[in-house]
Amino acid sequence: MSNRKLNLKDKYRLLTRDLEWEYSYRDYEEIFKQESFEGIKITDWSKWEDPFRLTMDSYWKYQAEKEKKLYAIFDAFAQNNGQQNVTDARYVNAIKLFLTGVSPLEYQAYNGFAHVGRQFGGVGARVACQMQSLDELRHVQTQIHAMSHYNKHFDGFQEFPHMHDRVWYLSVPKSFFDDARSAGPFEFMVAIGFSFEYVLTNLLFVPFMSGAAYNGDMATVTFGFSAQSDEARHMTLGLEIIKFMLEQHEDNVPIVQRWINKWLWRGYRVLTLVAMMMDYMLPNKVMSWQESFEVYFEEAATSLFKDLARYGIEMPAYAATAIEEKEHLSHQAWSIFYNYGHAAAFHTWMPTDQEMDWLSEKYPNTFDKYYRPRYEKWREMEEAGERYYNPTLPMLCQTCQIPMGFTDMENPTLTSYRQSEYDGERYNFCSDGCKDIFDHEPEKYVQSWLPVHQIYQGNCGGAEMEDVLGEYYRINLGVDNLDFHGSPDEERWNAWHNLQPAEDKLKEAS
Amino acid sequence: MAVAAITENYVGERLDRVENFHGNQVLYIGWDHHLMFCAPVAFPVSPQAPFRQVLEELIPGAFSLHPEFGEIDWDEVQWHLNGEPFTPDMDATLAEQGIDHKSAVRFATPGLNGIKGCGS
Repeated sequence: MSNRKLNLKDKYRLLTRDLEWEYSYRDYEEIFKQESFEGIKITDWSKWEDPFRLTMDSYWKYQAEKEKKLYAIFDAFAQNNGQQNVTDARYVNAIKLFLTGVSPLEYQAYNGFAHVGRQFGGVGARVACQMQSLDELRHVQTQIHAMSHYNKHFDGFQEFPHMHDRVWYLSVPKSFFDDARSAGPFEFMVAIGFSFEYVLTNLLFVPFMSGAAYNGDMATVTFGFSAQSDEARHMTLGLEIIKFMLEQHEDNVPIVQRWINKWLWRGYRVLTLVAMMMDYMLPNKVMSWQESFEVYFEEAATSLFKDLARYGIEMPAYAATAIEEKEHLSHQAWSIFYNYGHAAAFHTWMPTDQEMDWLSEKYPNTFDKYYRPRYEKWREMEEAGERYYNPTLPMLCQTCQIPMGFTDMENPTLTSYRQSEYDGERYNFCSDGCKDIFDHEPEKYVQSWLPVHQIYQGNCGGAEMEDVLGEYYRINLGVDNLDFHGSPDEERWNAWHNLQPAEDKLKEAS
Repeated sequence: MAVAAITENYVGERLDRVENFHGNQVLYIGWDHHLMFCAPVAFPVSPQAPFRQVLEELIPGAFSLHPEFGEIDWDEVQWHLNGEPFTPDMDATLAEQGIDHKSAVRFATPGLNGIKGCGS
C-alpha cells in the first residue's frame, strides 16, 4: 500500500493540474471564449507559477481560526462600548466613508475574481482567482461586522449598499470597479490584481488601518490585521499575472503597458478620497497624504518599475502628474466635500487652528498660500451663522466622475479643463489621464452614469434636491448630512463625555 | 476599435444625449481663480435662452455668495467657450452663438484674485 499522506505541493498539483479536464468534444475557444478578444497571447499555461499553493481544506482551517479571533475582538469592542473610546466623533466619518465607498468594492472584487476564475484556460490561474474571490467575500462580511457596532451609535451607516449604487461621490469607486469588471479577464487582472491590489493597496489600507489604530478604533484595526495575510497573497497573484503575460509573448507588452497607464491613473483618482481622509478626517494624524504618497507610491513604484523594465515596461504615464498633485490633492478633495456637505452621507467641518497649523507644517509650499485663506473665510461664514454650501451642482469628469476640482499644476488656482468630441458630442474631463482613457475606448465611457446629469434628466426621484437626497439617495436629511457642528452625532458624543458644545461656550463667554 | 468587446461593432448607449434633458441642454460655467466654488457648475438650460439670462440669472445664482461677486466689472470680463476666447452676444440665444450641449464657459475677472488674493 502506498503512502496516502500527501504533502501540500502534491495536494495542490492534484487540485489544479490533475483535476483539469481534457477538452475532447468542444473547442478550447468555445469554452474559454473571453481569453483572446483583448489581444493577449498565451502560448503555454503550464508556465504559470502558482503564487500560493493553498488547498481548500487548509484554507478553511486557517481562515476559521483567524475569524474566531477577529469576532472575539468585535464582541469585546461592543461590550466595552468601544465607540466611546475613539479619539473624537469626527473620526467615525472616516469609517462611514470606508463602509459606503470601500467595502462594496470588496464585494465587487468577489464578483470580479469569481468571473475571471472561470475565464482563464490555465487551471492554476483559475484556482488562484477563485481563492481570491473567497477572500474578498470574507472581507466584505467582516468589514460590515466590524463597523456594524458604530451603526447603533452614529448616523450615516444604515443604507450603505443602497447609497453605493446611487450617491454622487460613491459613483467614483463604483464606476471604477464597474469599468474593471466589464473589461476582459486580463484587463481585470491588471486593473484590480496588479494596479489596485499590488501597486496602490498600501496607499488605501495603511492609512485606514493605521488611522484606526491611532484613533482608538480596535474593531477596524483588528480587521486590518486579519486581512493582511490575504492581502499578501493577492499581491503575489497581481505580480504573477503581469509577469506571466509579459513572458508569454512580446506582443502583450504594449497592451499591458496601456492597461497599467490607465488603471494606475483610475486607481489614483479613486484614492483622492483617501487623501482627504488622512489629512482632514483623522483627529490623530498618521502621516500626511504627501508623506504616504512618497513612501508607498513614489519609492515603491520606482523600484517596482525598475524591476519590470527588463520586460520593456516603463513607469506609468501620468505618474508625474500624480506626483505634482500631491501637495494639493487632499485640500482640493476636502473643499469638494465641504462645498457639497449638504449632499453627503457623512459630516464635514473646518479644521481647528491646531489642525490648520499641522497642515501648514506638512504642506509648506501650498497650504498657507492657497488653502488657509479659503478655510478662514468659510469659518468666518460659519461663525456668522451662514455656513457655506455650494448652491449649484458641479461639473463632473466623464471618466473618473469626480467633480472637476483639480487644477493645472503650472497654474494651481486654475481648474484643469479637458474636452473631446466624439460622434458629434462633447465630453469633458479633469485631466489628460481621464481624457486619454475616454479617447481610447469612447464606446465604453459614453455610457458613464454621471450623477449630476442623471438628476437633470429626472432619473433620481423628484424635481427638488430634497427628493433626490432624501428619497433617492436615502440620506436622513439634517441627521446624516451637513456640518459636524450641530449634528446629532456631535450632540451624542458630547453627552457621553459631558462636553459642552463649542457654541454654548461662545455664548457663555460673550 | 472604439472599445475592446466580445461582440463585434459594439455600440454603447449615449446616456447624456441632449434629447434626454427634456428640451434643455447642459451648460457648464466656471469662474477662474475663484475656487471657493470647488468646481465649475452645471445647469440644465434651454438652447433658446439668450446669453443675458446666463449672465443675469444663472451666474448670480451660482456665484453671488463670493465677497468679490459685487465688484465684477462685466465689461472687463474675459470669456472662454470650450477653451477658445469668446465674446458673448447678450441678445443672441445659446444655440445661435455656438454654445451647444455640454459646452464649458469660463470667465476670468482681471484684478479680482479671490479671497485674500489666494485664488479662492
